[in-house]
Amino acid sequence: MNLEQQFQDKIDQEIKIEPRDWMPEEYRQMNIRQIAQHAHSEIVGMLPEGNWITRAPSLRRKVALLAKVQDEGGHGLYLYSAAETLGASRDDLIELLHQGKAKYSSIFNYPALTWADIGAIGWLVDGAAIMNQVSLTRTSYGPYARAMVRICKEESFHQRQGYEILLTLCRGSQDQIDMAQDSLNRWWWPALMMFGPSDGESTHTEKSMNWKLKRKKNDELRQHFIDVTVPQAEFLGLKVPDPLLKWNEEREHYDFGPIDWEEFRQVVAGNGPCNKKRLQDRIQAHEEGAWVRDAAMAHAEKRSKRKEDALTNRVA
Amino acid sequence: MKKEWPLWEVFIRSKNGLSHKHAGSLHAADAEMAIENARDVYTRRNEGVSLWVVESRHITASNPAESESLFDPAMDKVYRHPTFYELPDEVTHI
Ligand SMILES: [Fe+2]
Ligand SMILES: [Fe+2]
Repeated sequence: MNLEQQFQDKIDQEIKIEPRDWMPEEYRQMNIRQIAQHAHSEIVGMLPEGNWITRAPSLRRKVALLAKVQDEGGHGLYLYSAAETLGASRDDLIELLHQGKAKYSSIFNYPALTWADIGAIGWLVDGAAIMNQVSLTRTSYGPYARAMVRICKEESFHQRQGYEILLTLCRGSQDQIDMAQDSLNRWWWPALMMFGPSDGESTHTEKSMNWKLKRKKNDELRQHFIDVTVPQAEFLGLKVPDPLLKWNEEREHYDFGPIDWEEFRQVVAGNGPCNKKRLQDRIQAHEEGAWVRDAAMAHAEKRSKRKEDALTNRVA
Repeated sequence: MKKEWPLWEVFIRSKNGLSHKHAGSLHAADAEMAIENARDVYTRRNEGVSLWVVESRHITASNPAESESLFDPAMDKVYRHPTFYELPDEVTHI
């Protein structure tokens, strides 16, 4: 059996691949790309919500949102370090993001216009992300799978705090109910797009599935998301903005209307409402933090040199 | 001056009585900062009572390609296990 067959054999037996194990170069590259994209999404994903921290309507909401956004930062860090176990450098990955050569989830190129959007983001965006991430706890690369387990444990509070925000609004004044409905109208379709195009059109899918980088197909995850989310919307008393949405008794799933993939392609291509702003903000934060990173390194080097010198003097 | 902070491996003791367990890695300029970052990144929900950090470059790992020859010697030594020894049922507490 050659190395590649042995590798596939391990994967077929559900044995995780660990950093120093032999792996096809393409498997390594696909993992780096997927994990980095995921990491970037966590980090860029902090921006639309971070925007509302200072304007949260109560202290309770504020500490919750702050904790959520901090979690997303942590998720980004777990994932970057998982990518680094494959030999990628953190600086290079971030550089690629800043140059616009690496992708992140297109959902974060939509603006959070109202407080209800913070509810909708937690409920729908984190909800969709959870669905994808739960399936990835079984991905074949060990460090990625372990990061997913940690992340999934933390995510459920994100979705619940979002739903609670909308629940409060939906039990409030007509203006508040309208605000909640408006945010569902704007976030519903972009949330469905988060699962990506149908797998038929996705070239990577087959390899991805064989190597178990990906455990469930995009359409399968999307359908599952719709099936669990529609009743939640009904409980809120909100209307899902899809005239074709209908329970299909035979399939035991919801049927739903066509997704505007042209919009998706446009946003991925950089023409979404906030693409430029998001990247600009990331680059600015990175550049303005450069002196802190450099100073910390210089300080650490100076201190370790001083320690070394003291040691040498004592020996001499 | 552009220099990446070194990489550190983080180990967490989740409660007294248990060993430290690898949790992941992070970047920090020095050990002190690595502990602080590990606190923020890996223990936001009381995951631990103690942290170890060690610079990744100080870890020597066994080579997975040689794991067979490394671990094989233990494979055929069944006499290291209690079930290898045959005692009559009447003998108890042993
Ligand atoms: Fe996250
Ligand atoms: Fe989240």
